[in-house]
Amino acid sequence: MDYDVLIIGAGMSGLAAGIRLAYFDKKVCILEKHHRVGGLNSFYSKDGYKLDVGLHAMTNYVSKDVKSTPLPKLLRQLRLRFEDLDLCQQHMSVIKFPEKKIRFTNNFEFFLSEVAENFPSQTDNFQKLLKTISEHDELSLDAKPLSARQAVSSIISDPLLVDMLFCPLMYYGNAQEHDMEFGQFVIMFKSIFCEGFARPQNGVRHILNLLVNKYRDCGGELRMRSGVQSIRVSDGKAESLLLNSGDVLTSDKVLSTVGHVETMNLLPNSDATVSKHEVGQLSFTESILMVDKQPSDLGLETTIIFFNDSDRFSYRKPDSLIDVSSGVICCPNNFFFREPLPDNMIRLTNLANFDRWNSLGEEEYKMQKEACLKAALEAAVKIVPDFRDSIIFTDMFTPKTIYKFTGHLNGAVYGSPQKIRDGRTHIKNLFICGTDQGFLGIVGAMLSGISIANLHLLRDK
Amino acid sequence: MLGEQIRSVIVEVIAQIVPDEDLSNLRGDIRIRDQIELDSMDFLDIIMELRKRYGIEVPEDDYIQMATLDGAVAYLEPRMAHL
Repeated sequence: MDYDVLIIGAGMSGLAAGIRLAYFDKKVCILEKHHRVGGLNSFYSKDGYKLDVGLHAMTNYVSKDVKSTPLPKLLRQLRLRFEDLDLCQQHMSVIKFPEKKIRFTNNFEFFLSEVAENFPSQTDNFQKLLKTISEHDELSLDAKPLSARQAVSSIISDPLLVDMLFCPLMYYGNAQEHDMEFGQFVIMFKSIFCEGFARPQNGVRHILNLLVNKYRDCGGELRMRSGVQSIRVSDGKAESLLLNSGDVLTSDKVLSTVGHVETMNLLPNSDATVSKHEVGQLSFTESILMVDKQPSDLGLETTIIFFNDSDRFSYRKPDSLIDVSSGVICCPNNFFFREPLPDNMIRLTNLANFDRWNSLGEEEYKMQKEACLKAALEAAVKIVPDFRDSIIFTDMFTPKTIYKFTGHLNGAVYGSPQKIRDGRTHIKNLFICGTDQGFLGIVGAMLSGISIANLHLLRDK
Repeated sequence: MLGEQIRSVIVEVIAQIVPDEDLSNLRGDIRIRDQIELDSMDFLDIIMELRKRYGIEVPEDDYIQMATLDGAVAYLEPRMAHL
C-alpha cells in the first residue's frame, strides 16, 4: 500500500482533512489537477493585479475569546492560532431591496436594532425565529431535510423580511433553487448575522499558504498537476487511483473533494450507474472591476451589498445568461486593514446559466462576457453611486470558467442540492467532503474536511 | 509512568488542544468537559494525541472512562506503566 489515505483535490476541505491526517501520522497524499491549490477558493494574476476567486469575505468571524463557534473549533482542530488567520473585520454590510434596507456589522445587537426599526411589526416574530435557530442542531450529521422557506414563513409573517433574510444566506451558501434546507439556513444565519465577515489583509492566498505550510510541516505530501483519471474498484472497495500521467497510486482509503457525481464519474461504468444523484444548477458570473481610487472615495462605503431590485427575490438558475435583478456588490477594500490594499477593487456577483454560457462559440462567448459585464454594471449603479468612469481594468469569470478550473459540473459553486452529511458513498472506503458534504463557505469547507477525516479516516489504526 | 506523571501528561495534552483555557484548577473528580470549554471534537483529540505520542489505543467504548481526570489516570496507568 502506497498511502493510508489519498485525497482528491487541494481545496479548503482537502487541505484541512490532509492536515488532520498528516498531523496524526497517516501517510497521506493530496492530488491536485491544477497547478495551484484552492479549488473554488483559489487566486490568479492578470495584468499585474493579484485577484482572488471566490472569497469576498470569510464568514463566521468571532473575537478571540469566543470558543464554541465554528471558527475557533476549526483553529483548534488544525492546531492553528487565531492570529495566524490575520483576519480584519468588515466595516458594514447591507441588504438592499426596493423599499427597505437592513444594515449589519459584526455586532449582532446592531443587526437586531436594524430589523426592529425597519420591521417593527415583526419584532416578536423575529425573537421567535432566533429562538428556533438557537435550538436547532445544524451540525448533526444525520438530520432530516426541512424547508427553510416554510419554517421561516411560518414564523415571520412579512414576506419582504423573509426575502431579505434569505438573500445573503442564499448567495453565500445555498445549492438549492428557490428554497434552502433549514439546517443550512441556520448555519448561514449564524455565520453571517450572529458571527460576521472578515478578511485577511492578503486575501485567500494567506489562508491557502497557511494550510499548505501546516500540511507540509505535518509531513503531508502534495502533488500538483496530478489529475485523477479514474478510481479502480475491486470487491466494492477502491483499490487505487489512476492519474492522468499514467501513474497508479494505491491506498487504504480515498477521500474525494471534487463533488459526489463528479466522484462517481471517476468510477468504472458499472459503478457509475449506481448513483442517481442531483447535479447542482446554481452558478454565478463574477465581474471584477479595478477602479482608480478607493471605493469609499467613490461613495461605496459598505463592505458587501446584497441587493434585489424586483418585486420578489428569486434565487434560481436564470433562463438567460445572467440575472442582474439581484446580486452581490463587494468592496474588498472596505475591511479594517492594517494598511490600505494596493489595488482598489469592486466585485459583482450575479446568478448565471451554465448551459447558456457553455453553448456559446468562442467569439460569441467573448462578446457576451462584455455585454453581461455592462449589464451587471448598469444594475449595480442603480444600487450604489455610479463608479463606471473610474474603472481602469475589468475581468469576468463565468460558470464555464468555474467548470474549467474546478471540474464542478455546471460550475455549481455550492455543489449538489442533495448533501451527504456523513460523507459516505456506496464504496466502503471511498468518502466525500467539501461542497457536496454540505458545510459551505471557507470555514464550512475546512470543517467539512475535518469532520469527515475525524469520522472515517482517523479512528482506526 | 506513574499516576502523577500521567496526570500531568493529560493536562499537557489538553493544554495543547485548548491553549487558552486555564487548567490550573482542574479537578480530578468532575467531568473535564464540565470544567472547561471542550467539545466532542476536542475530546477525540485528547485520545488521538495520546495515540500519537505514546501509541496508546483507547477503543470508543472506553471513552467514558476518560471523562474525568481521575478516571483517565486510572484507565491509563496500567497501559502506560511500561513507558
